Parts: sequence; C-alpha cells; structure tokens
Amino acid sequence: MERRIGVFVCHCGSNIAGVVDVKRVAEELRKYPGVAYSTDYTYMCSDPGQNLVKDAIKKHDLTGVIVAACSPTLHETTFRRAGRAAGVNPYQVEIANIREHCSWVHQGEKEAATEKATRIIKTMVEKAVLDEALDPIAVPMTHRALVVGAGISGIQAALDIANAGYEVIVVEKDPSIGGHMAQLSETFPTLDCSQCIMTPKMVEVSQHPKIKLMTYSEIDDVSGYVGSFKVKIRKKAAYVDRDTCNGCGLCMEKCPAKTPSEFDEGLADRKAIYTPFPQAVPNKPVIDAEHCTYFLKDGKCGICQKICPVDAVDFEQKDEIIEEEVGAIIVATGYDLYPIENMGEYGGGKYEDVITSLQFERMLSASGPTGGEVLRPSDGEVPNEVVFLTCCGSRDPELHMPYCSKVCCMYLTKHAMLYKHKVHDGQAYVFYMDVRTAGKGYEEFYTRAAEEDDVLYVRGKVSKIFEEDGKVMVWGVDTLTGKKVEIAADLVVLGLATVPNVAAKELANKLKIHTDEWGFLAEAHPKLRPVESLSPGFYLAGAAQGPKDIPEAVAQASGAASKVADLFAEEEYHREPIIAVINDDTCAGCKVCVSVCPYDAAEFIEEDGVARIQEAICEGCGACIAACPSGSAQQRNLTDEQLYRMVSAALEG
Amino acid sequence: MKIPYYPGCTLHERARDFDVSARECAKALGVELEELPIWTCCGAVFPLVTDSVMDILAGVRNLEYASRIGDKLVTLCSFCYNVLKRTNRVMRDDLEKREKANLFLRADTAAREEVESYTKTDYTGQVEVLHYIEMLRDVVGFDELRKKVENGLGGLNVAPYYGCMLLRPKKEMEFDDPEQPTVFEDLLATLGCDIVDFPMKTECCGGFQIVNDEELAVMCSQNVVSSAIKRNADVIVTTCPLCRYNLDKKQEEMIERVRGFRRIPVIYFTQLLGLALGIDEEHIDFSDNYVDPRPVLAEKSLL
Repeated sequence: MERRIGVFVCHCGSNIAGVVDVKRVAEELRKYPGVAYSTDYTYMCSDPGQNLVKDAIKKHDLTGVIVAACSPTLHETTFRRAGRAAGVNPYQVEIANIREHCSWVHQGEKEAATEKATRIIKTMVEKAVLDEALDPIAVPMTHRALVVGAGISGIQAALDIANAGYEVIVVEKDPSIGGHMAQLSETFPTLDCSQCIMTPKMVEVSQHPKIKLMTYSEIDDVSGYVGSFKVKIRKKAAYVDRDTCNGCGLCMEKCPAKTPSEFDEGLADRKAIYTPFPQAVPNKPVIDAEHCTYFLKDGKCGICQKICPVDAVDFEQKDEIIEEEVGAIIVATGYDLYPIENMGEYGGGKYEDVITSLQFERMLSASGPTGGEVLRPSDGEVPNEVVFLTCCGSRDPELHMPYCSKVCCMYLTKHAMLYKHKVHDGQAYVFYMDVRTAGKGYEEFYTRAAEEDDVLYVRGKVSKIFEEDGKVMVWGVDTLTGKKVEIAADLVVLGLATVPNVAAKELANKLKIHTDEWGFLAEAHPKLRPVESLSPGFYLAGAAQGPKDIPEAVAQASGAASKVADLFAEEEYHREPIIAVINDDTCAGCKVCVSVCPYDAAEFIEEDGVARIQEAICEGCGACIAACPSGSAQQRNLTDEQLYRMVSAALEG
Repeated sequence: MKIPYYPGCTLHERARDFDVSARECAKALGVELEELPIWTCCGAVFPLVTDSVMDILAGVRNLEYASRIGDKLVTLCSFCYNVLKRTNRVMRDDLEKREKANLFLRADTAAREEVESYTKTDYTGQVEVLHYIEMLRDVVGFDELRKKVENGLGGLNVAPYYGCMLLRPKKEMEFDDPEQPTVFEDLLATLGCDIVDFPMKTECCGGFQIVNDEELAVMCSQNVVSSAIKRNADVIVTTCPLCRYNLDKKQEEMIERVRGFRRIPVIYFTQLLGLALGIDEEHIDFSDNYVDPRPVLAEKSLL
C-alpha cells in the first residue's frame, strides 16, 4: 500500500519559529517522497492544532503522521491519541524533535538550523514509511500479590494491598513476622515503644481475610512474568504441625537444648523448639533441627513430643513446596548489620563489652534479656561510661562501605538518651563524623540529647579499642580541639553499617532483579521510579533498597503497594509493543540472543530449532538485535532497514 | 631445598644476630637460604609517588636477581619485606611501570656487560616474595616444624610484636589481618611458648622517627614495651631490626623517664626458634641485646 505521510511543523510560539524558518521547512517537506501533506502551525499541541492534524488525516487520507515539534517525552502520547482518534495507528505517529535537538541549541544560526530541521524531519519520514501498525501487548493479570519479607515494610505493603481488596501472599523466612523492628526498644524521635506500635499490625496481617501468611518459608523459584508469575515457595520443616499446635508453650518450657537466641542477638539463649519472642506471630513454635537433641542424638529425647497435649510435634515432617500464581511481587527483604568481626580495630567479636547496636536495643527493651536494664555482658554490672561510635563500617571507602547508613546517627542518639534515662549518673559519649539529622523532629531530638541529657558528642573517629584493667579503652581524637582522647569506658556500642540481608543477594538472582554493587535492590529510576524494579512486576520496599528509617520504609512500602493496586486496576496488563521479534526463516538457532538477554525473554524452541522472544517479558533493550549474527532479531518499528534509511536521509547531500 | 634469600643491609651490619640465627634455623629445618649473588639496598621505603619508576628500581633489581636463581625470595627485615613485596606487586600489575622498569634493567645489564648470561626476558613480578614466617608456615609447615622442636619453650611468656610494616597496607601486603593478626602467635604456639596477647602488638615502634624526633619515637616504643610488661611478658619478640633497636636500646631512656621501670628483653623470633630447635647459643648470639635475655631464659631453664 502506498504510504501517505503528513508532516506538521510546529512553531512552538517563537521557540522553534524564532530560529527555524518553519514555512520553508514545511514547503521543502511537501516535495519529499512519501509525503502527501505538509503544513505548519503556531501551537500544534493546542486543541486547534490537534484538530488540524485530525482533519488533515481524514481529508488527505494519511497513513502516517510526523509532528515536528518538541521532544517525544512531552507530547508523543498526545499526538498518538489524536492520530488514533482520526484512524491512524498510534505507532505510525512519530515525533521529529526540532526544538531540543535544533532550535534551542542553534539560536542565531537560522539558515543552518532550518536545514537541520528539514533533515531531522526527512529522517523521521524514512522511518514512518516503514512503520507497522502495532497494538499494545495484552498480558493476562492475576490479581494476587506476593510480598517477600515481613518486617515493617512487608507488613505495611501487604496490609495496603489487602485493604485495596486484593489477595496477598506473605512469605517470611523466620518463624515469626516482625523483622528488625520487633527487636527495637523505643523509636526515634518520639520514643514510642516499637513493639507497641508494631504488634497490632502483625496481628492484623495474621488475621486479614485477604492475606495468606507463610512464615518459616522461603522462595525457591520464580518463573513467568508480570501478571502471571509462578512461584515455588519452600515451607521449611518446622517439625511442628502449626495448624494443630495451640501455642501453649509447654514444649519450650521443657526442651533441654539451648542455643543463643537470634532475636536477642546472642545476649540470651533460646530453646531448640522455640518462638523467637513471646509476641511472635504466629505464636507457634518451630524446631531448629541443628540444635535439637532428638536430631543430634538419633532420637534420644523427644520430650516435646511426649509432652505436647495436642500431638502437634512431628519429627518426620519434611520441607514442602507450595506453588502459587501471582501478578506482582514486592521484595521487602530488609537489612542486616555489617559483621562486628570486620571491625578488628575495635576488637569486634573479641571483646565482650564491645557490642552491636542491635544488642544494645535488646538490652534497652523491657522484654529483653536484661529486662530493660543496661548491663555489661562481661560481668553484669551497670556501666558508668558508655561510648557510642557512629560510622562503624559506613563512610569508609578504603576498608568498608562507602555509603552513609543513614539511621545510625539517630539511633545512637536515642541509645545515649535512653541510657541516660536509665543510668542518671552515667556518662554517654558519641563519637561522630557528622551528626546527620535530616528528618522531621530529628534535629530537635539530637539537641535534646546533647542539652538535656548531657550526652557528650565528640567530633572524631576512634582509632583503636582494647581491654585494660577491666575497662574498654577507647582511643580517639577530638578534631575540634585537635587533641587525642582516651576514654576508659565500661561499654562500647558500635553503630555498624547497614547492609542488605545476607539472603537478599541470592533471592535477587532468583527473581532476576538488579542490585547495586553492595547488594541493595536497584530501583528503576533513582528519583522518579523509586519503588519499582527495572524488571516489570517487581516492586521494592524498605531497607532492602537502601538504608532507611521506619517512616521512610513504611512510606516506600505504601508506595509499592499503591503501584501494585495500580497494576491490578486493569483486567489485563498492556505493554509497549516496541520490542524485539525474531524471523523464524533466517534464525540459525545459535542461541546468542538467549545468552545476552538480561530479562530471559529470549528462549530457544527445541522442536523448531529457532529462538523466540516472549512478548510479555521483552523490554526492547536491543541487546539480542545487536548480538544476532544473521540479523534475524529486529526491533519492531526500528528495523535495520529503517535505521539504514534514516541514517542515509540524515547524511544525504 | 634451596630458596633465594635477601638479607638486606641491616642484617649484614647491625643485625647480624638476626641473619645468623635465621640461617642456622633454616639449615636445621632442611632449607638452605641461598643469598643472592649480587644484591643492593631494597630502597628502604616504598615510594608513594605514583608518576616515577626511579624510586622502585632498587627493589626491582633485587627481584630480578632473585628470578635468575629461583621462583621465591625469602627475606626477614620488615622494611625489606614491605618494599620488595609492594614493588613486586607493581611489576606484576602495573604494565606501564613494568615496561619502563625493564628498560632500566636492560640498560643496567648492558653497562655491566653481562648480556651473555642474561636471558633478556622481562621481569614481570613472577618471583614470590615470602617473609621467613611465611616460609616456615607454607614451605616447611608448622606441623613439620613442631616435630623438629627439641626444647619446647613452655613456661616462657612471649609477647609477639608485629609492628606496622609486615601488615600494612593490607591489600598490598596480604600478610595477615592488620588489626587482629595471628600468624606470629600460631608460630610461637608451635614452639610451645605461652603467648601474651597485648593490645599494642600492632602499634608503631616509632620507626625512622628515632632519627628525626627521638622524643616521639621513644614515646611510641615505651607504649609498646609497657603494654607487654603490664601483661607479664618475659620477652618481646620482633621481626624487624628497627623495631628491635627502638624497643630494646631505647629502654635506656625509658628507665630515666619512668620510675620503677622494669626492663624486658627484646629478641628476634629466629633467636627463639633457634632455642627451640636446640641450636648452639653461639649461633643464636645474644651478645648484641641491650637488655640481656639470658638471665630470664636461664631462669626458665631454656639455656
């Protein structure tokens, strides 16, 4: 069919017309092969401008449209919509950018700019002549979401989606939901009790009719694509039938095997059959086979089984794989602390009285191992001098992590304050590089610690910590006085860097979503798409994406949830059709495309001996097209032939 | 087994006791330290300038000499080890500097009219620079060493002092954890010593500042010595002639600075190794120590 292209040159007031001779451009294009109509107008994006395009399409029987105007990021959608209204396929409406790419950068060079604008439009005519009519790709949508990780971020995201009316599956690797927030004592800057604000949400998750909660479970495998992911979830053997168990706790009382409690950060022991903490959700125990006498000594023990009033203990239980289908996935895998053993200069892991910030949290917690009292781990005495160190492993590109962990300045300020509230005559020191208090009420909180609670802030780093005469000697420097500082402390708390959860990297690989070089999940755009992954259908929430405090994590979780609700609002998911397609006739089956595709969209069809692009997954990045040795892979509406003709037009003469 | 050996200037002059004891111990362990037929000063300090190869040439020459007779080079002095290891790394990884340094090597060889014996292949960092402790661990093996110990050193409280140059910079030296190293302790445990873990084992002894600012250097070494004494060490053991000098000889001044200062002998680890292997005292040579270790060793029935 003969192509009849219409060219519409916009003045953009004087933005374009002030430099480019638009009349001449329109006239020049009228003579160009394939162009059936050409005109110019002051504001093409205005209603009269759009009507001019629509009328011309009908009157001149146009099959393609080129609007020579501003960048396609501004009005491509506008003109495609107008084209469609008048009967032209939206993918046969193109923008020639003669503003940002021409008039704005060539002011005062009227002649040359006019020539360049003409060429830019001719280039697009060459493309438009071969543009195919395309339709967005419709993908069926499963209106059910998966949330991986049930700390505060995962909990918030799950509740928001469920409250929007969609089903949610929550998968948590630990026996209870709650994450790190459940470990915290009080939260800055309001000193709310963390558990008091957290536990109602935890209970809500467990009781919500739209939420299926799977604790002590991990993601084994994910396949499929946005709208229809197939997820294999490994329900780890708990050796307790958690449906039968009534949570009486008798087994935990009688169990003879002990091991350090993860929840209490090793400051207390837990039993081999355990719930991590008394308010656990679900409040039903699991057996940790690695520390259980029954498993370690070939069936000698089994007290829990004998004592259980409802016969819930089952040593024969095996891991179970459960398959689920979901339309979207939120990853909220959270963070860990940088290992204390890596801080050799501070004797991390070597000295008992050099502890992590989470250990100190547990100590401050009323339900913690010391009942909320601050006590030295080495001798159980109340410490009179406590030193808090910020930036342990953060902001240290030479040896540790180069980034700022963001929350340490604030939680160490809280620690120092809470310590002073408990030990009135004690002295708290905070060594800092900068006290970063960017948050609502944060600066005031810091000022309060320094002024009302007499926390002594020392600006400088600590070089060495060692034990001497029962004290923890802290060698540092006060850079404001230029003097060396030596403190004989009783307890040192390290504000260790925030790093992604250990398991997150492996999970990210399984999900095929990007991470940054430190393992934090990568967002699609650092400013404008902060809660989405580059891979469609995956959303990010909380500290898995970068260090965050609670309000930020909650905000991001709600953001991710609303993106999911957005996605679920349609019956089908529509994707851009500008993607790769492989020509079966010429494909040699070399599988190069399969190996280069970053999204696993290219697959090899054994029976046909050729590769195929899965429409629902391909992002149109072009990697396979560049790699294909036979030129069988082509981008729709950006084929080699189109590119060749475009380049020829641009270089002509 | 023969292994190329670079003693360095100090071991030929001030620290002969270190050199002699090391050679004797190696011999007892079945290793012949083959001194490089020609060698020069290592350069003493690894240069921090990045745009010149002149400053690493001394080290490069010695490494190239070593490459003619073997694939390893053992050294003892912490400074020599630091300079040679880091220089070798440059020759291995920095292609531009490698090429320039090799141009100098060729000019050298031509000038000495040794072209015949010289293979003209470039030096590419192929020699493995080993500290004597690494040789004991990786070539001899601590298990093998334990079998050869004749006089276990049980009852002797030994404070192993690392200093700085063995350990830093971590990424270039790859010797041990610079903050909490353990290899020295592992060696001493093999000899049966009671190990004194003291926090100043990786602090600086004052180094070359002894020439420039004696007050400062003595302050540094006093910090190290006092820390070991406080933890009831009988002797401090070191791997470096300069550390030995600062920690041992400068106790002369510490006595004047600190009332009731108790002196403590500072010896080379090879001297202790010699005792354990049952080597003649004459080859161990305690005569050059400022604080004589013999009384405490005799008290522990080790002499």
